[in-house]
Amino acid sequence: MEFPKDLKYTKNDEWVRVEGKQGTAGITDYAQDQLSDIVFVEVVVGVGDSVAQGAACATVESVKAASEVYLPVAGKILAVNEDLPNTPELVNKEPYGGAWMVRFEIANPKELDGLMDAGAYAAYCQERSH
Amino acid sequence: MAYIPHTERDRQAMLAAIGVSSLDELFQAVPAEVRFPDLDLPEALSEMEVMVELQALAEANVDTQHYACFLGAGAYNHFIPSVVDHILRRNEFYTAYTPYQPEISQGTLQAIFEYQSLICNLTGMDVSNASHYDGATALAEAATLALAHHREKRRTLLVSAAVHPEYRQVLRTYMQGMDVTIHGDESCCTGPDDLVRRLNDQTAMVAVQYPDFFGHIVDFAALAEATHAAGALLCVVVNPLALGMLKPPSAFQADVVVGEGQSLGIPLSFGGPYLGLFTTKNEYVRKMAGRLVGETVDSRGQRGYVLTLTPREQHIRRDKATSNICTNQGLMALASAVYLSVMGRQGLRKVAELCYHKAHYASQAIERLPRYKLWNKGPFFHEFVVACPKPPAEINEVLLEHEILGGYDLTGDYPELPNHMLLAVTEMNSKEEIDDLVSALEEASHD
Repeated sequence: MEFPKDLKYTKNDEWVRVEGKQGTAGITDYAQDQLSDIVFVEVVVGVGDSVAQGAACATVESVKAASEVYLPVAGKILAVNEDLPNTPELVNKEPYGGAWMVRFEIANPKELDGLMDAGAYAAYCQERSH
Repeated sequence: MAYIPHTERDRQAMLAAIGVSSLDELFQAVPAEVRFPDLDLPEALSEMEVMVELQALAEANVDTQHYACFLGAGAYNHFIPSVVDHILRRNEFYTAYTPYQPEISQGTLQAIFEYQSLICNLTGMDVSNASHYDGATALAEAATLALAHHREKRRTLLVSAAVHPEYRQVLRTYMQGMDVTIHGDESCCTGPDDLVRRLNDQTAMVAVQYPDFFGHIVDFAALAEATHAAGALLCVVVNPLALGMLKPPSAFQADVVVGEGQSLGIPLSFGGPYLGLFTTKNEYVRKMAGRLVGETVDSRGQRGYVLTLTPREQHIRRDKATSNICTNQGLMALASAVYLSVMGRQGLRKVAELCYHKAHYASQAIERLPRYKLWNKGPFFHEFVVACPKPPAEINEVLLEHEILGGYDLTGDYPELPNHMLLAVTEMNSKEEIDDLVSALEEASHD
């Protein structure tokens, strides 16, 4: 299981990559593994939307369950991944790469402080697998 | 197949497990006086006597076997080839439900698949579900699809007043408490242009009927274009039988096509069970409620049928589902599939044309009566509105004396149409019946 060091993580198993004032978010390797085969992804926010921290930005559906993906920190949506509805399996294959879900302008960088780093998140996943 | 699976041994085992010796002992908790109360019922009758009594009760009804029927308004008297009933009553098919362990019932799934294919063919749409209860609930499901498509951000439904009044009532019932505004149907006589003017960025869906409740055949191409320009979805309620001769709603880019399937091989039966048709475009399939049967191949490469995408609603999406309605009208869907395959493309067209021509023969003859006036302007299918010289209820009394079931009184649903009657003519009405109707109407117009 991968926990890239350059990302921040939430308790709901989302990741965020911070580049300057921009954030990119998706779901983690652990999340895709738990959900198993992803069959449908729907990004439920549009470009220009201001989305609060913890508000739903996408729905991911696997053969086992449907889950909401929440935005790790508040932001204004700059781009959504248009490829995902047609290639939902990307979430299983490249959770941290091709399966990014939204790109956004970070509204309040302080909110990033509340997220976990790779080490803490790996421990959090370890804890739940027992 | 017996539907009570318990054997005497099973019962004994269960009684033993809970520690009682008999069923009587199990029901001791129920007070003796209500356990087997005396019911105030007449003496038991023999089967022969019961048949006579029930026959007498049944004969008190007026029915379409003995009366000429010109009543429609959403439920139509059509000929049903006897093969429909023969297939329907085969015990392999004789259940109203989609099976709960579906893949074991390949025959049922194949029948639903054939039904879906036929309905797609008729409407020109990409995908049909396994059906809903009736036309009204299918319209309500179209609204939940549209609201889900807009992620609840658009909260207004624009509905034409020429959509069946009962469908609009059911739609309002479904939408209660959902903070949804339904408007557009305040006056009977506004057309598609009025709906276009009322479109805005809150409109989730526009619903119209084709042919409409008054029988009119309206081209909705311009409305469709304006609806899409406003970002809303267009739902068209159809009479599928009319599609035998009309261009399908897909031709004017409808997003959802729903309708009442009763006209396709299902008897009037005092109002039900009927059949809710629901079709849409591929892009909305994941927001569609109900069951969907797909064709696939099994591990040996043989053709087989499965429920496709449907575990989503109940098993996966649960509270996030667009709608948890999964019940379909399996038996009625089968009836319409058999009807459509027996009629064929040409047969259905012929029935639709017969309805059309007979309705126009009737309307022209009624138009010649001095005290009646045809209200419809523009083309209509097999139903039309007549302005009468007195209340339709009074006219229908006179018609009944002539063994004729008259039209639907529009006054209650459309106060702006007092003394207007909606008449339906189908292939079942002979020229003699129509001529009798015209002379009875003439007679009824005198004081």
